[in-house]
Amino acid sequence: MSVDVGLPPAPPPAPPKAQKAVVRPGDRIFFGASVGAGITILIVLAGVALFLFIEAWPAITADSSELPNQESLVKYIAPLAFGTVLGATIAVIIAAPMAIAIALYITHYAPPRLAGVLGLAIDLLAAVPSIVYGLWGIFVLAPHSVALSRWLEGNLGFLPFFDGPPSATGRTMLVVGIVLAVMILPVITAVSREVFKQTPQLHQEAALALGATRWEMIRMTVLPFGRSGVISGAMLGLGRALGETMAVAIVLSTADVVSFDLISSQNSGTIAANIALDFPESSGVKVNALIASGLVLFAITLAVNMVARAIINRRREFSGAN
Amino acid sequence: MTSPPNPPPPNPPSAQPRYPVRVDLPAHANGGPNGDTPDYPGDPISEPYATLTAVAPAPELPSVPMTAERLPRWAGWAVPLGFTLGGLLALPSGISPGLVLPVVMIVSAAFIYLWSRSVEGARYALDRLVTAIVTSAFLIAMIPLVSVTWTVVDRGTGRFDWDFFSESMRGIVGAGGGGYHAITGTLIVTALACVISIPIGLLCAIYLVEYGKDNRLSRWLTFFVDVMAGIPSIVAGLFAYALFVHISGPGVRMGIVGAVALSVLMIPVLVRATVEMLKIVPNELREASLALGVPTWRTIAKIVIPTSLGGIAASVTLAVARIIGETAPLLITLGITTGTNFNPFSERMATLPVFAYTQNQTPGIARNGMGPPGFDRAWTAALILIMIVMALNLLGRLIARLFAPKTGR
Repeated sequence: MSVDVGLPPAPPPAPPKAQKAVVRPGDRIFFGASVGAGITILIVLAGVALFLFIEAWPAITADSSELPNQESLVKYIAPLAFGTVLGATIAVIIAAPMAIAIALYITHYAPPRLAGVLGLAIDLLAAVPSIVYGLWGIFVLAPHSVALSRWLEGNLGFLPFFDGPPSATGRTMLVVGIVLAVMILPVITAVSREVFKQTPQLHQEAALALGATRWEMIRMTVLPFGRSGVISGAMLGLGRALGETMAVAIVLSTADVVSFDLISSQNSGTIAANIALDFPESSGVKVNALIASGLVLFAITLAVNMVARAIINRRREFSGAN
Repeated sequence: MTSPPNPPPPNPPSAQPRYPVRVDLPAHANGGPNGDTPDYPGDPISEPYATLTAVAPAPELPSVPMTAERLPRWAGWAVPLGFTLGGLLALPSGISPGLVLPVVMIVSAAFIYLWSRSVEGARYALDRLVTAIVTSAFLIAMIPLVSVTWTVVDRGTGRFDWDFFSESMRGIVGAGGGGYHAITGTLIVTALACVISIPIGLLCAIYLVEYGKDNRLSRWLTFFVDVMAGIPSIVAGLFAYALFVHISGPGVRMGIVGAVALSVLMIPVLVRATVEMLKIVPNELREASLALGVPTWRTIAKIVIPTSLGGIAASVTLAVARIIGETAPLLITLGITTGTNFNPFSERMATLPVFAYTQNQTPGIARNGMGPPGFDRAWTAALILIMIVMALNLLGRLIARLFAPKTGR
């Protein structure tokens, strides 16, 4: 860029100007295709929200007599949203401490040769289809849980969670929570394992050199370093548990209630399971009401996942670990 | 203070120094080479000998341990093993096995904590307690894995026969029938989902790694791909249904609808895995190609993609493994049929996961002392699914390992 200042031009030896790169048609097509693919993904994500909203609209504006519960959409979705959050919360409460322990075991306790195999086993656990967990929950876990439910009612019955009467079949919110915990355990473990692995070796060796025991070393270096990773992993697991469908649909016996009782046969359903159970037989506005509940689920999981991802991304910037 | 008079210590410090002391010795006590006389008094070479060797005769030093007292090496595994054996011996007396395991774990942990605390002190005792807790948690988490695997194999082999792979459910009321229609349906829908997802996913990954060098679009894209990975599968199914309602009218059930739903789930998995695989292609290869004047797109097509082909194949395999077991979106977009349908653009289609679900929900009636026939079919479908998923996962990892580009020299 030369600026004309009105002086007689004494052209300086022009610096070797970068030759403008030739843009070939192939480049243009390839670039366009890959940008297009990226934008398609953004459009799809926007489309998910848009189409759900369009199809939910008739239910939002519908006359109350047409709705599944003949009252109001809010009253229809609220117990389901409650059940969804309750089941997922139980799952995270059970799974998060276990996942941290497993991640620590794999990264810091197991013999290195064994650790790789164990990591693979946990990853495979993540790949098991949810229908399999559902069948396992109803055939294996539910019958075994009956004794536990009776014991909880007898000994901890003063808590609202174990009010009873205990279900005779074991198709309870407690079992759902345990099945969901098993399902999200690999998710939380995978994220925690990654951040624990990234703890700077120097920090760990410094702690050990100062005479710390292994637990003191972990408490002082590994856990503070991995804290945000563990939190976001738990939130990813929460998102997975919120949206889990088949296991809940198979295991849970539901009623139209809002109840903290975890061991009775009268449980709030969950949004996802309710859709799976009712959708095949629904028509008209009932379908729209189900889609509206799906929109609520989408909003909840989207919020949870965005917070989790934001935590991970913020951490990534200052830790320098990719 | 009227304490009884202590007996005098056996080795008063003044009498028995614990450290080498220079003692003045007569000059002849430690001589030169001959051993009788020093070369000359004050010899700087022989003098140090005198100071070093002329230490007072070694006193009876009280043994001061150089290391802290520790538990024996075998304590870490022998204690839990011992209590486990004890628990097993207690089994015949009618204690529930479900109770033995936690009791053994708690008792072992408490025992080793108290033992260690009495020998090693509180800090090491805590360390051992945490080790016990972490290991126990890991073992407890293995129980579901083992139980799921064992149950599926045990119950799934009941109908794992040729009929299951060759017959559909058309006209079947009681026992018999099979999952042929569901297997073909799963293959068709999964293949369609791949046709939709693979181009979009690969091109998006190429954009993120090769073109969008951390610009705004690529940052947003990365973020939203991650968010998309968290969409519940049933919501993906609802989306596909809501989309096709506008094309084919309400109550639509077609293979393509399910394929679109699966694509929504598959694309983010594929993008994330492929991005990782493209990132490990060495930059030197790209630079060498560009330096020779090869256009960018040919560099990508001829250098980057062939180098990471193994990784891309692994990504696709893992993404397929992720979606092939999805039940919920297919339940609401495909429904279920009893007959075989090869056309994904019309009518309902059966798929393996939905087949397992519906067989479990409506298992039929138990006859002739057999359980309801639907349960067996559901478990066999689950077994086939789990076998496919495991095989795809192991295959994907194997491909990724075998064809990993050689980084470094």
